[in-house]
Amino acid sequence: MPAFLLKRFLNAAGVMLAVAFLAFLSFRFVGDPVDLMLNEQASQQQRDELRAHLGLDKGFALQFATFVKNAAQGDFGISYRNQQDVFALISERFPATFELVLVATFLSLAIGIPLGVYTAIRRESLLAKALQFGSVLGVSLPSFALGIMLILVFSVTLQWLPAFGRGEVVKLGWWSTGFLTPSGRAALILPGITLSVFQVTLVMRLVRAEMLETMRTDFIRFARARGLPARSIHFGHALRNCLMPVITVTGLQIGNLIAFALVTETVFQWPGMGMLFVQAVTFVDIPVMAAYLIIVSFIFVALNTLVDLTYAWVDPRLREDALSGAANAR
Amino acid sequence: MPADTATTVTADAAPASGRIRRFLDSDIGWSFRKTPAAWISALVLTLLIVTAFLAPLIAAQNPYDLSQIFIDKAEIPPIWQEGGEWPFLLGTDPQGRDVLSAILYGSRISLIIGFAAVLVSMLIGVGVGLLAGFHGGRIDNLLMRLGDTVLSIPTLLMAILVSAVFRGLLPPELRDPFAAMVLVLAISLTNWVQYARVVRALTMVERRKEYVLAARIIHVPAARIMLRHILPNTLTPVLVSATLNLGLAILSEATLSFLGVGMPITQPSLGTLIRIGNQYLFSGSWWLVVFPSLQLGLIVLSVNLLGDWLRDALNPKLR
Amino acid sequence: MRKAWLLAAVAAFALSGAAEAKTLKWGAGREIASLDPYSYGETFTLSVLNHVYEGLVRYTGDLKIEPALAQSWETVTPTTWRFHLRKGVTFHNGDPFTADDVLASLARVSDDASPLKGNLPAYKSSRKIDDYTVEIEVNGPYPLLLNDLTNIFIFDKKWLEANNALKPTDVGKGVTGYPTDHANGTGPFMVESRQPDARTVFVKNPGWWDKPQHNIDRIEFMPIASSSTRVAALLSGEIDYTNVAPLQDLPRLKASPEVKVLQTNELRSVFFALNLRDKLFESDVKDKNPFKDIRVREALYRAIDIDAVQKRAMRGLSRNTGALVAPAIPGYDPSQDARPSFDLGAAKKLLAEAGYPNGFSFQMNCQSDALVNEEEFCQAVASMWARAGLKPNLSMAPRAQQTPKRTRGDFDVISFGWANEPMIDAYSLLVQVIHSKSGTAGVFNWGNWGDPKVDALIDQAGVELDTPKRVALMKQALKLVKDETLFIPLHQQPMAWAMRANVETMVQASDNKPRLWLTRLK
Repeated sequence: MPAFLLKRFLNAAGVMLAVAFLAFLSFRFVGDPVDLMLNEQASQQQRDELRAHLGLDKGFALQFATFVKNAAQGDFGISYRNQQDVFALISERFPATFELVLVATFLSLAIGIPLGVYTAIRRESLLAKALQFGSVLGVSLPSFALGIMLILVFSVTLQWLPAFGRGEVVKLGWWSTGFLTPSGRAALILPGITLSVFQVTLVMRLVRAEMLETMRTDFIRFARARGLPARSIHFGHALRNCLMPVITVTGLQIGNLIAFALVTETVFQWPGMGMLFVQAVTFVDIPVMAAYLIIVSFIFVALNTLVDLTYAWVDPRLREDALSGAANAR
Repeated sequence: MPADTATTVTADAAPASGRIRRFLDSDIGWSFRKTPAAWISALVLTLLIVTAFLAPLIAAQNPYDLSQIFIDKAEIPPIWQEGGEWPFLLGTDPQGRDVLSAILYGSRISLIIGFAAVLVSMLIGVGVGLLAGFHGGRIDNLLMRLGDTVLSIPTLLMAILVSAVFRGLLPPELRDPFAAMVLVLAISLTNWVQYARVVRALTMVERRKEYVLAARIIHVPAARIMLRHILPNTLTPVLVSATLNLGLAILSEATLSFLGVGMPITQPSLGTLIRIGNQYLFSGSWWLVVFPSLQLGLIVLSVNLLGDWLRDALNPKLR
Repeated sequence: MRKAWLLAAVAAFALSGAAEAKTLKWGAGREIASLDPYSYGETFTLSVLNHVYEGLVRYTGDLKIEPALAQSWETVTPTTWRFHLRKGVTFHNGDPFTADDVLASLARVSDDASPLKGNLPAYKSSRKIDDYTVEIEVNGPYPLLLNDLTNIFIFDKKWLEANNALKPTDVGKGVTGYPTDHANGTGPFMVESRQPDARTVFVKNPGWWDKPQHNIDRIEFMPIASSSTRVAALLSGEIDYTNVAPLQDLPRLKASPEVKVLQTNELRSVFFALNLRDKLFESDVKDKNPFKDIRVREALYRAIDIDAVQKRAMRGLSRNTGALVAPAIPGYDPSQDARPSFDLGAAKKLLAEAGYPNGFSFQMNCQSDALVNEEEFCQAVASMWARAGLKPNLSMAPRAQQTPKRTRGDFDVISFGWANEPMIDAYSLLVQVIHSKSGTAGVFNWGNWGDPKVDALIDQAGVELDTPKRVALMKQALKLVKDETLFIPLHQQPMAWAMRANVETMVQASDNKPRLWLTRLK
C-alpha cells in the first residue's frame, strides 16, 4: 500500500508538471501584455523597460524554472491587469464558481437519479422513451446555446430571473455566498440549470444502465423469488447497489464542471474563476492564466487521486488499473 | 481529406444496393428498421451531410468570396417575414451575407472538423493501444502514463491549451488557413486516450490466445500480427465509441469557436456563427443565432441518436 | 414549498429596483482594472476612478480645462509651473489636502515602476513653496502639461504612508499595494465596497469641496462584458445606465418607452494605415511595394463606398471624415475634412495606371475587440476593395493577439483609431503615430510611413508655446499628410449611452467619459 500511495502521488506530481509546462508553452503565443499595459503616450524605451522588468526578455527555460519554483510555493506572482496577488484574486472568485458547481451537481443528482430509476423500471413506457430521447437531446445541445435561450425566455421576455451576475452576496469570512439572499438564490437558477443539463443526462443514463445491470444479477432474482415487493427491490436493493458508481462519477465530474463553468460563466457574466480566466486571455494576463490552469488541474488531479485511493482501499484488485479515465466522459 | 471522411460516414447510409439489402437483412439491419429513431436520424444526417458538402453547388452565395457580398443587403429577415427578399431564404447577416449559405458552408466546416478529429484520435488511440497492449512492459507503462496525463486535464482546458500552442507554432500568416487543422489536432489530442484504453485491454486478451502465440512462434512480424489479426477484433467497440464521440467532437469545435478560440470570422463554423449572432440577439435579428443553433443541434442530435442505437444494437445486454 | 421560494425570490428581485431611492445602477462594458489610479494606464479605468480621485485640473462637460484641486496656476519660467492649491479640501478619511499630498502623488506616479509614468512624459521634479503652493519643473518647454495633469489624481500622503504604499505597485517584482482595493480621494463619491467582476459600490461624499450638481446617493457599478446581456439587463431594469450601448441594439432600445439613448461622435478618428516599407508583408507582388505609389493609395481611398459603410456597418451613426482628427481637437482644419468621392471606376483606372490592372493581394489586419463595429467595417471595406479587383486577405482576431503583429510591422493594411487622449490635442497623433521612429517619437509608426518634411513641422510644434502658432504648424503637417494620402480616413466613431427613464440629466462629452457628478436622477 505505501508503494502504491507513493506511486500515485509521484504520478500526480508528474501530471502537474506536464500541465505547467503545456500552460507555460502556450503563453508564449497568446500575445504581448506590454502594449495593453501602457497607454498611447508611452515611448518605446518605456515599453522595453517594462518588458525587461516583467522578465519577458529572458529565455524560456529560465522563465519556466522561475515559474515552477514559485508556483510550488503557492506564489503565482501578481496580475498584470489588476496588480493584485494572483492567488488572492483566484480564491476571491472561487466561491462563485464552487456554488455554481454545487447547484449543478445537486440538480444533476436530484433530477438525474429519479429519471434514471424510472426509465430503468418502466423502460417500455412511452414516458420513459420520451425521457431517453430527452437525454440524448440534453447531450446534443451546446450549453452556450441553451444559456442564451434561457436568458431570452426567462430574463428578457418573462423578466422572471436575472440575466447576469450573482445578485446580492453575503460575506462569511473569506467565503462569499449567494445562498443567503433572495436575489443571490434567484441568480443561481438559470446558470445552475445551464451547467447541469449535461450532468443530469449523464447521471440519468448511468443510473439506468446500472439499474438494468443490477436487476439482472442473481441477488435481485432471489429477492424477486422470495416475493419481496417490487418497490423494496427497486429502491432497497437495486438503487442502493448502483449509488456507489453514481457518487464516484459525480465526484470525478466536479473537476470537469469547474472547467466547463467557464462557458456558463461567460454567458451569464458570472463573476467566477472561469470568467476571470476568459478576461485574462483577452488582456494577456499571463500570471492569472497560468494560475487558473494549474489550480483547476490541481483540483482535478486531486479528486482523481482521491477516488483512486479510496477504490484501492476498498478493493485491492483495482490497485493496478485505476479508473481515473471515467472522469473524462465529456 | 473531405473526400475520405465523407465516404466513411455515408458508408452506412448510401452504399451500393446489394450491400444495402444485405445490411437490412442482417440482425443489425433488422434492429435498424425496427428503430424509428435510428433510421430517421440516419436520414436527417445524410440530408445534412449531403447539403453541407454540396454547398458550393446549392448555396445562393459563396460567403468566402468578398466580392459577392454587398453590404447594402445587410440584415434582411427570412423570406417569409416582411422585408424578406429572394434568394435570402433565411435572411442575411450585418455584412449582407446570406445566412443559409453561411450555415451550409459552416456545417461543412463543422462536419469536416468533427470527422477528422474523430478519425485522427481513433488512429492515434488504436496505434497507441495496440503497441501498449501487444508489447506490455515499459512501452505500455510509458504510453498509459501519457494517457493518464491527458485525462488529468479537463478536456475543455486541454483543447484551449493545445490550440494555443499550435496556433503559436504557426507563423501568423498561416494561422487562419490552418485554423481548422489546429482544431482537429486540439480535439483529437484530448480524445485519443479512451480508444487506446479499449484497444489495449482487448489486445492484452487477444495476445494470450493461441493463434497469436502460434503466429509469434513462426516469426510473423509483430506489425503484421497486430494489424491483420488483433486489430479486426477490436474494431466493433472502437467504431461504437467513434460514433458517440463524433457528436462530442462537433460540440467541442462549436464551444471553442463560441469562446473565440476556434474558427475565425473569415471562415465561420457553426459555433462562430452563433457567437456572432449572439451579439445581435436583442436587435431583432433573431435569425442570426437561432438558425445556426438549430442546425448544430440537429447535426449533433442525429449523430448521437445513431450512436446510441449502434451501441445498443451491438451490445444486446443493454437492450 | 420550492415554488413559493422561487416566487418570493422573483418578487424580491423585481421590487429591489424600486425600493432604494437615488441609486444609479451602472452596467459597464468591462471591469476597472484596480482602484489604484496609478496601476493601469487605461482611459476607462481612470474615468471611473475620477469619481473618487481628482487631479489638480479637470475637464468640464465640454472639454475645457478648469481648476480642480489647484485653484490657479502660472508659468514662472518656460520650464517651471506654479500651482496654487485649493484650501479647505479634505480626503474621504478626513485628512486635509496640502502640498505634501501633491508631492507624494507626483513622486509615486513618476516612479520607475509606475505604469503611468508615460502619462506625464515631461515631468522632471516638483517642490513645495508653502502648504498651498507647489512648483513643477518640466524637462523642456512643454505646452501640454495641464492636459496631462487632468489624469494625474492626487493621493493622501498620510494614508499612503500609513498603508506602506508610497511606492506604486510593481508587476515585475510582484509588489501589490493597499490602494489596489482601497480608496481615499477627494472626489464626489467614496468607495463603499468592492467585489471585483461583480459589483463596486460608490456612495456620495457629503464633504465634497465643489457644489454638487448631482443628486445621486449611491452608484452600483457592475461590469457586464457581453453586449447582449447588458442590453437585456437594461431592458429588464436590472441596470439604469450603460456607457456602452451596442449600435445594433439602439433601434430596439429607442423603441422601449422606459429607455433613453444618448448618442454622439467620439473624439476617436478611425483610418486605415498602410505598410510603406520596401516590400509588402504578404503579397503576390514580391519585388516592390505597390502602396508606395500614390495612385494605388488613392485607388484604395476611392474604392471605399463610405456611405454604405456609414449606413450599414456603423448603423448610420458614424461621422464620415477626410481628416485624421476630430473637430473638437486643436489641429483640426475643416478644409481637410472633405473626402475624394467614391468612384469604383476611377479606382480601377488608377490601379491600371499604376501597373496593377488585375490588382494584387495584401494582408489586412483588424481587431475584433478594439474599435466600434470594427469587425463589420473591416469586412465591408475588404469586400469593396475586392470589387475594385484587389485581393485583401483579412486577418481578424482579438486585440491581444493582433497587437504584437501590428507593432512588429507584420501587416499591409491596419485599421487604426486615435482619440488624442488624454491630451486632447492633435500633437498626440502627430508625435506618436505620424512622426518617423526616432527617439521617443513615432512609437506607433509601425509601417514606416514617416516623412521628413512632416517630421520637421511636428518637431517645431513640440516646443512652440504660443498656441495659435502651434496649432497652425500642426494643421500644416496634417495637410501634407493628407495631400500624400499617407492614410485612408474613414470616420469618427460613434458612441452611445443608454439609460432608463429615471435618469433625468446626463452629460455626455465626446471623450466618452461618464461624469456622473453631473447626473441627476428622478
